[in-house]
Amino acid sequence: MSAANEPVAGGAGLVGIVLVSHSGPVAESVAELAVGLAGGGAEAPIAAAGGTPDGGFGTSAELIAEAARRVDRGAGVALLADLGSAVLTVKALIAEGDELPGSAQLVDAPFVEGAVAAVVTASAGADLTAVAAAAEEAYGYRKE
Amino acid sequence: MSKTAFDAALIVRWMTVSAAAVDREAGRLTELDAAIGDADHGSNMQRGFTAVVKALETEPPATPGAVLITAGRQLISTVGGASGPLYGTLLRRSGKGLGEAPQVTAEELRAGLQAGVEAVARLGGAAPGDKTMLDALAPGVEALAVSFDAAAEAAERGALATVPMLARKGRASYLGERSIGHQDPGATSSALLFAALAEVAK
Repeated sequence: MSAANEPVAGGAGLVGIVLVSHSGPVAESVAELAVGLAGGGAEAPIAAAGGTPDGGFGTSAELIAEAARRVDRGAGVALLADLGSAVLTVKALIAEGDELPGSAQLVDAPFVEGAVAAVVTASAGADLTAVAAAAEEAYGYRKE
Repeated sequence: MSKTAFDAALIVRWMTVSAAAVDREAGRLTELDAAIGDADHGSNMQRGFTAVVKALETEPPATPGAVLITAGRQLISTVGGASGPLYGTLLRRSGKGLGEAPQVTAEELRAGLQAGVEAVARLGGAAPGDKTMLDALAPGVEALAVSFDAAAEAAERGALATVPMLARKGRASYLGERSIGHQDPGATSSALLFAALAEVAK
């Protein structure tokens, strides 16, 4: 397993970030990318929850819940998801009420850009609202 | 409307008959999904309902509401595709609507399912006409006010009516015009649930 699958050391009091993708390697790779681009200040705990437990494509509620618990430092958990069932499963888990840490929030953001923004912001010690806002703002950076 | 009183055992039977139908039709559901989705709806639903039946056998819940909540939770945890959270939400929200009563009337079951269908619409952001499971669920729940048989027929008609529709939600929506001419797999599996309900309500 890559380092991205493990929460970054430290992170006490920081917002945790979970990346939910249909693919394990995509989730892990985006987590690594975000941590790498955040530079030396990247301390926010981040976990990848990609694919199914047997390594296939899809969404696993179990992996998501486990990842959210792993990065929860009491300051909230921001979840970013890629497509269809990843988004719906996170929403359904939050609606369940007791599957994710109470402060868990699905962030409406582009997956890669949002992950980078979330990690940078969370590592600076921002609260969950600010982390979510930073990730959502990533939709505003047009590419043409 | 039917005078049947639904207790936990009858709702468990609805789930086991549904699971058997999903099992029987898994190949067809996957074939339909191969045309406009990612060809896993049958196997995903099969995995989900197998887990539902196992959970209900291991620890049989005492009320109709608890049966549906347990079933919904299993679907969310085990399906792996979008149908998991969608069907999971349908059953969980319906179960919550039934409260803790040891028995519910057909009318109470209808009201619970209505709440479940509305929750599915909110979760997926879909409406009837989008070529989704709602095209079977919405008319099915509406016809429950008449009878369980009428609901099964309405859901089946609703599923068939998705053939000429243009998909606006989910992976099929990426296909645009090419989604036209194929029956929606989600609406097809939803019709199976209504058929199973009509069978156990007799």
